[in-house]
Amino acid sequence: MKIKSAASERHVLNVTVDNEPGILAKITGLFTARGYNIDSLTVADISDDHAISRITVVTNGPPEVIDQIEAQLERLVPVHGVSDLTTAGPHVERELALIKVAGTGDKRVEALRVADIFRASVVDTTTESFVFELTGAPDKIDSFIALMRNLGLVEVGRSGVVGMIRGATGA
Amino acid sequence: MSDQPKPDKQTGAAILTQSLVDQGVEFVFGYPGGAVLPIYDELFGHERLRHILVRHEAGAAHAAEGYARATGKPGVVLVTSGPGATNAVTGIADAFMDSIPMVVITGQVPTALIGTDAFQEADTVGITRHCTKHNYLVKDPADLAATIEEAFRIATTGRPGPVVVDIPKDVQIAVPSMSRASKLTASHRYAPQMAASPEHIIEAIEMLEKAERPVFYTGGGVINSGPEASRLLREFQDITGAPVTSTLMGLGCFPNTHPDWLGMLGMHGTFEANMAMNRCDVMVCIGARFDDRVTGRLDAFSPDSKKIHIDIDRSSINKNVRVDLGIVGDCATVLGQMIEAWGDRRAQDLGEWKARIAGWRARECLAYPDKSKKNPKAIMPQKAVERLYALTHERSPIITTEVGQHQMWAAQYFGFDQPNKWLTSGGLGTMGYGMPAAIGAQLGFPDALVIDIAGEASIQMNIQELGTASQYRLPIKVFILNNEYMGMVRQWQELTYESRYSNSYSDSLPDFVALGEAYGWKGIRIQGDDELDAGITAMIEHDGPVIVDCCVAQDANCLPMIPSGAAHTEMLLYGDTHEGTMDDEAKALV
Repeated sequence: MKIKSAASERHVLNVTVDNEPGILAKITGLFTARGYNIDSLTVADISDDHAISRITVVTNGPPEVIDQIEAQLERLVPVHGVSDLTTAGPHVERELALIKVAGTGDKRVEALRVADIFRASVVDTTTESFVFELTGAPDKIDSFIALMRNLGLVEVGRSGVVGMIRGATGA
Repeated sequence: MSDQPKPDKQTGAAILTQSLVDQGVEFVFGYPGGAVLPIYDELFGHERLRHILVRHEAGAAHAAEGYARATGKPGVVLVTSGPGATNAVTGIADAFMDSIPMVVITGQVPTALIGTDAFQEADTVGITRHCTKHNYLVKDPADLAATIEEAFRIATTGRPGPVVVDIPKDVQIAVPSMSRASKLTASHRYAPQMAASPEHIIEAIEMLEKAERPVFYTGGGVINSGPEASRLLREFQDITGAPVTSTLMGLGCFPNTHPDWLGMLGMHGTFEANMAMNRCDVMVCIGARFDDRVTGRLDAFSPDSKKIHIDIDRSSINKNVRVDLGIVGDCATVLGQMIEAWGDRRAQDLGEWKARIAGWRARECLAYPDKSKKNPKAIMPQKAVERLYALTHERSPIITTEVGQHQMWAAQYFGFDQPNKWLTSGGLGTMGYGMPAAIGAQLGFPDALVIDIAGEASIQMNIQELGTASQYRLPIKVFILNNEYMGMVRQWQELTYESRYSNSYSDSLPDFVALGEAYGWKGIRIQGDDELDAGITAMIEHDGPVIVDCCVAQDANCLPMIPSGAAHTEMLLYGDTHEGTMDDEAKALV
């Protein structure tokens, strides 16, 4: 028999939660238990008293599954609210990446030139390597990494996406 | 909270027992062990909390479920760390699936030993994370009172469910420092939406007013919402005239004797209920969740209807079936709003619709063969349940069940006209639920007739609880439909695996009569039709626990049945041939 799969769309969800032990396990466990996808996940506390954390999950699935994910998240007691940036309208998404590139000669010069085009900054250097810091939308980081592949890419670290609605009002 | 002044310097264990008293707890179902000894010492000779010592922690959880389901109050469980907690997990998962309010207190190794693989250590919070509504590890006795208060509130409000509070042994012994005020004291989180928006109510009423073929599809949410919801459902049905069906969990929310009662729907539901669901034009789902046992094949589920779904849990709406109008709210509150909004409107003439339903009813889908092919003298199990109903219903008994064929026959042939009288494991389908649940229900209602309709295989899963009923002089009745098979497994093997009965025969059965007598119970064996009524009467009349070994036809199948992957309109009825095999698509469904 065939296992069926449905067409999926990418959504960015902001989840505000009580910053209590086990909350991250609760949320990631919900995704695994119900067979939802996590493309990236970031978490940090965002209030003065460290009581509230904001979790940004990038997920993908058919629209009805996305709706279920939001409902299931809202059902968790420590979850204050879920906002779907993708359906909410115009929003910014940013991700930070550290990219280590090693090489000498032309490749080294070319790496630095491309980094300049992408407005990546050099945060560490030796005579034969750079660590670039790059902030931007995920696809910008993807293209930068793709270009670095031929220029001596050694290592990539990415923060995952954080996002926010454009305009004066909060989510 | 109680007004009585609390003595200074209470230990964690004393704070816990005081909090339980403040919550109005009467019974604690539990089993002692190393990591809960300080709490057990507090319970020693306690004037307000009565501890019920079970024989296995699974029994404690199911007994608490039975108590909760019958009384509407939260069940409380107390077990030790490690194996005590893991043994209770099945009951916790069962309560989660069936939305039963329950607070489970588990002991934990002392905080300093957590994470060291200490003796009887298990990550209880981790293990129960996805089968509880919420759970806690309390690391400071100063948080205990507020945590217990919140645990009860979460367990009992919104969609009810189990909450686990894991308490390390040192926290049970310690006295909270006065300088440290609890962070949790003023918890106001978790506020479920009870009332629906007026626009949704009007929209629903207008859909229903125009309906020519309406049906109410009701579920456990009506029971969980409290007896008022069942009363309002009857009132709403009365003014709208819609026929009513119910899920396994909802039985009793609408009287089985009412002319518009269609019977249970779903896999083993009635022909008329499933046909009405399939052919209706407006379906009002009230506190049910479009479970796979109910819907059958999803793409063929009620294709031409507008669907309204009332549920307190937003995630139940549009989960399995897309609906036209989702209404988030408590069943009783929303039904009250609907009745008010309906006012003096008039429903459409439903005469034609009811005539069609009468046509489906005329199929008499519950008319089972009067004799077994294998042994014509054997009692038909359906008849045993019918007689049990006939001889007991005037006492409005509380019925619990195990899981399998006997459970479905009980649902089909035992009638319920009140809520909270039918306690069964629906979502998780836990064999071994019935006897401990009967113990819990009997404690809640000491004078009620409480009967566990069981199978000979299921009953053995928590057979040790015979001792608990003996100890607390609980006159529960266990009525075993003994067909010497895990009947539902045997039936599915007949249906899908050409009758290869792999491991479904109940070999080496105990002598249930002698077993009951060994525990101080009365034992009765019923072997033929002529003994049936006398045996049931003797069971009811005995003032004490009774185990009845009712030997029934081995080859009886539970019909009607929607086979795996089939639609509501493709039911197997008595008289259809149903032996053989199925394709892989159907085999993959459960």
